[in-house]
Amino acid sequence: MELFNGGNIALSGIPILSESEFRKEVIDRCRSDARLISFFGQDEGALGVRLFAFLAYDEDAELKVLSMRVPLNEPRYVSLANELLAANWFEREIAEQWAVTPEGHPWLKPLRYHSNYRGAVDIWPNMTADVIPGAYQFYAVAGEGVHEVGVGPVHAGIIEPGHFRFECHGEKILHLEIQLGYQHRGIERMIHGKDVKRFAMLSEAVAGDTSIGHSMAFCEVVESLSGASAPVRAQFIRAVALELERLANHVGDLGALGMDAGFLPSSSYFGRMRGDYLNLLLMITGNRFGKGLSRPGGVLFDIDEKMGQDLCKKLSIYKKEFEDVSDLLFSRPSVMARFEGVGELSKETATDLGLVGPAARACQIERDVRIDHSSGIWQFHHIPISLAATGDVYARALVRRQEVMRSLEFLLRIIPILPKGEIFTPLAPMRANMMAVSMVEGWRGEIVHVGITEGDGGFSRYKIVDPSFHNWFGLSVAIRGGEISDFPLCNKSFNLSYCGHDL
Amino acid sequence: MFKVIKSCIKQGRRTLKFPKGKAPVLPARYRGRPIVAGENNVAIDMGKITFAPDAGIIYSNDFSMAVSKREDLVLKEGEKVGVILKKEIYKMFGRSLKLRQVSAGGCNSCEADINVLGTPVFDLARFGIQFVASPRHADGIVVTGPITKNMKYALLKTYEAVPDPKIVVAVGSCAISGGVFSGSPEVSEGLDTILPVDLFIPGCPPHPLTILDGFLRLIGRIRA
Repeated sequence: MELFNGGNIALSGIPILSESEFRKEVIDRCRSDARLISFFGQDEGALGVRLFAFLAYDEDAELKVLSMRVPLNEPRYVSLANELLAANWFEREIAEQWAVTPEGHPWLKPLRYHSNYRGAVDIWPNMTADVIPGAYQFYAVAGEGVHEVGVGPVHAGIIEPGHFRFECHGEKILHLEIQLGYQHRGIERMIHGKDVKRFAMLSEAVAGDTSIGHSMAFCEVVESLSGASAPVRAQFIRAVALELERLANHVGDLGALGMDAGFLPSSSYFGRMRGDYLNLLLMITGNRFGKGLSRPGGVLFDIDEKMGQDLCKKLSIYKKEFEDVSDLLFSRPSVMARFEGVGELSKETATDLGLVGPAARACQIERDVRIDHSSGIWQFHHIPISLAATGDVYARALVRRQEVMRSLEFLLRIIPILPKGEIFTPLAPMRANMMAVSMVEGWRGEIVHVGITEGDGGFSRYKIVDPSFHNWFGLSVAIRGGEISDFPLCNKSFNLSYCGHDL
Repeated sequence: MFKVIKSCIKQGRRTLKFPKGKAPVLPARYRGRPIVAGENNVAIDMGKITFAPDAGIIYSNDFSMAVSKREDLVLKEGEKVGVILKKEIYKMFGRSLKLRQVSAGGCNSCEADINVLGTPVFDLARFGIQFVASPRHADGIVVTGPITKNMKYALLKTYEAVPDPKIVVAVGSCAISGGVFSGSPEVSEGLDTILPVDLFIPGCPPHPLTILDGFLRLIGRIRA
């Protein structure tokens, strides 16, 4: 069935394909011009587990949903991951959440270490034991002079937990396996029923640095299921906040990249400038991460004329400051020498892995929800795509630099022309037995939320895909063949979310 | 080189005068310590709320919210209890406090706003407070997040690795009570059910000034 970003569809309208049809459709379509943006299971009681695959056609701004059913007496299907690399982590997730085995999966390990959602026997033993993450086998390399380095879950800095297992020969990294799951809070399962106000707060806590992006996606799902959309003015205000969020994070990342390359001036300045953008969010929403701004039906805070002028005045100053400091960073030969050629990914590999966001655009993949699947404000006010060609740390830094400039120009253009009108309109209840999808280009890349309602109009299933879910494996592959000392820099250039992945 | 010097001059000094000088005034929409008075005379537990604008709570502009005891987070009319200065903490750590941060679930915004204390604006190091890489070098731990099942073991191991005497700080609603995740079978219902906590800093996330204020009161640098 075809639909668009922000669209909805009656569950009964989604055909159930046989396993072989489903498999062929998904793989064939992804080999031509579609890509897999979400793939998840849903409990259908005695009927089994229904698998839904969402495909995106970026050229046509179209989405397609396919489904099949896995019976309970034989909870298994033939894995797609061998033919379709982008399905790899989705299949591990389905196996863990629903105890459904993808047969022939290349490396079937748990993702988040929790027992399954349908109360069946888990595929892996001891899933409810106390100390699980890291207790499973890691990919091992054998031979003379090969050694293993384990890092985490508690890292040296103030960052989230995750375990990294490097297989090395001397300084050279032969393989890196990333084991996450320490941040698993069970968000998807908590979004069950009708309490959308509470769920909106949960969506803000999927990844705190992407509060705006995830809450925007959540609100659009609820609005779509209610058969409405937020007032135009609210959509504009959400977009302003989304771009401020992007600015804060990109500027912070550029500072951190300079720091990891050993260049402190720019990192001090960028570190402070990141705070400037967070303080703008504080001024608008009362929270430095924009928590509390979006609720289904609109936004809770307006930007009046005076605040708009104030914003533009400040942003013009910040733009000049950013130009100065990024020039300082990018004209530094010692920094550029450190950035170039580290953590390279080819366009082909990045495409196969299904990377999204700046990491994909740094490999010259034209992929940006604001352009490909534009909804709301981006249908009327375009933002040019920022690409780089080399696929290394330098390219990922360069894409961020360009995106900062373009977001600033975008904001300076739209804030003075915010449309008049309401910022919030109460919604009708969500319609029963429907499915809605929403995509948002967060600062890390594509956020995809899918909500399914049951007979009483409450959520029976909510699926969240954070951009990090696609990109973590990209980091593993990018560092392959590099040196351990390159890892912090390469890691920072991706700057992925642990909590967004772990949910 | 000239470029660096030029930009140094251009950027200038940005460090806050706080706590010696006046505290900066936060924007009008900032949601600080809730007001419990008059018509809103209902006890509010700052450790449980997520400071949402639509929670039916009236917020003040006061960012100073840290307390020493869990029960003091419950606001009642006419009472304001803050951090109680403990002589042994002041004597031991008043001039040098090394902390190890443990992120245990949560959404990474508390971590982000702790990290901000290292920027030139807040410059935590000028108070002798520093975040260190190893628990062995630390005088205490700062915990964020609702302590997921999967992080509990690593958290306890880190705590054990810190030499005695040691302090424990809970930052954010999640660490204090589970916060927005409260009720999920995957998280705990507060750090104080697992470890003895010396300082509670509420917020979702707390503003960097709230965190700084809490630390400074703990070591006796702010006593008012």
